[in-house]
Amino acid sequence: MIKVENLVKAFGPKLAVNDISFTVERGEVLGFLGPNGAGKSTTMRMITGFIPPTAGRVTIGGHDMLEDPLPAKRLIGYLPENAPGYADMTVHGFLSFAAELRGLKGGARKQAIGRAVELCFLQNVLHQTIDTLSKGYKHRTGLAQALIHDPDVLIMDEPTDGLDPNQKHEVRGLIKRMGENKAIIFSTHILEEVEAACTRVIIIDRGRIVANGTPAELKARSPEGRLEDVFRAITLPDTVKA
Amino acid sequence: MNAWSNIKAIVKRELGGYFTSPIAYVFLVIYLLLTGFFTFTVGSFFERGEASLVSFFTWHPWLYLFLVPAVGMRLWSEERRLGTMELLLTMPVTTWQAIIGKFLASWLFLALALALTFPVVITVNWLGNPDNGVIFAGYVGSILLAGSYLAVSSMTSAMTRNQVISFILSVLICLFLILAGYEPVTGLLSRVASPRVVEVVAAFSVMTHFEGFQRGVLDTRDVVFFASVMGFALFATGVVIRNQRAG
Repeated sequence: MIKVENLVKAFGPKLAVNDISFTVERGEVLGFLGPNGAGKSTTMRMITGFIPPTAGRVTIGGHDMLEDPLPAKRLIGYLPENAPGYADMTVHGFLSFAAELRGLKGGARKQAIGRAVELCFLQNVLHQTIDTLSKGYKHRTGLAQALIHDPDVLIMDEPTDGLDPNQKHEVRGLIKRMGENKAIIFSTHILEEVEAACTRVIIIDRGRIVANGTPAELKARSPEGRLEDVFRAITLPDTVKA
Repeated sequence: MNAWSNIKAIVKRELGGYFTSPIAYVFLVIYLLLTGFFTFTVGSFFERGEASLVSFFTWHPWLYLFLVPAVGMRLWSEERRLGTMELLLTMPVTTWQAIIGKFLASWLFLALALALTFPVVITVNWLGNPDNGVIFAGYVGSILLAGSYLAVSSMTSAMTRNQVISFILSVLICLFLILAGYEPVTGLLSRVASPRVVEVVAAFSVMTHFEGFQRGVLDTRDVVFFASVMGFALFATGVVIRNQRAG
């Protein structure tokens, strides 16, 4: 479903993403790990078509993101970092707007909103404006927006950021369930999350893929069998100069 | 059509955004108070003893200089500040549809503000026998003028996430569009430059092109001028956004 080939992004002389390639098929949940500033968000922004790559190609369901963006974008649901939303809109208004841009009309739109609200437990805040929401609700509103059209491809930048432990558990469960028939990529800093929800892990550091495998495979690289040790062994903290 | 329904969705959202916050009402009240003040007090509507809206339309280029950027400054700055731009532009929507949708929504809002000045038309018709064709032309010119300023604001708004900077930049550019054809300035310019040069500079001014409408003349050249300012500024908005995304 998602095919990323030799993706490069340069900001001035700095290579934020340096020759990344991978594919994600339906039924796969790919966890995207890496230190802050490793290029996770930049990669996701290129996959979703927000920023054009300096070089390389992104194909979603056979549609090239640069040459044929609209059909590619239709297949994607995207939760950007920090779950942005229009501050002055109500949750319902916001979801309705998202549904409308996704081409859902009338009864189908109503149904889609109802389903997303139920999946993300938003019933209590439906008529509250987004700027009055707590961080957890704001995040779930962003998630609901990404799920509104039941997309084949789901891309989420830190979907559990700012959620409490119960909500984190819910969202992981949701990702896992949805992963059965979608292609999912999500980034996170929480290593248990990867073990709980992912079928595959990619660790990136300084714009390059430094590890790619199932959580079990990666864990096997450490004598104690801990993902954290593997992560720390192959990535450098940003306090260390390249 | 798909493009049109996308634009419609964006227009609806933007317009809704105005009216769910107090901004719209505050703006409308200030707009109407100021137009009233300029028409009746500064423009001495009654003392003129003319059945015309000259004293009403004359002030529009100056009034809009501050009021239109106040409406347009948030168009893209706000999207960047909130991060919703990333959301909007990863939807199955082209950048053009988003630019046009946002522009149209604000333009409609300004048209509504202008439409609310209808009492002045009633007043002048009640007091005398004005040429309503001239008044109609004045309204057409005024809305085109507002659209031109608004397109400029859209462009400056795309340049920065800071609304204050966006406001100031757009006032400056609009001020240039006024001054290039403002009589005291053209007078000054004609002392140092040939009349041909003065004419060319003045041709870039909204004053030169708004004048015809005030006299009741609907000249295609003037309409084309305002349409080109809008077209150019909206195109520039697209270029600015594209460059930002490319990093």
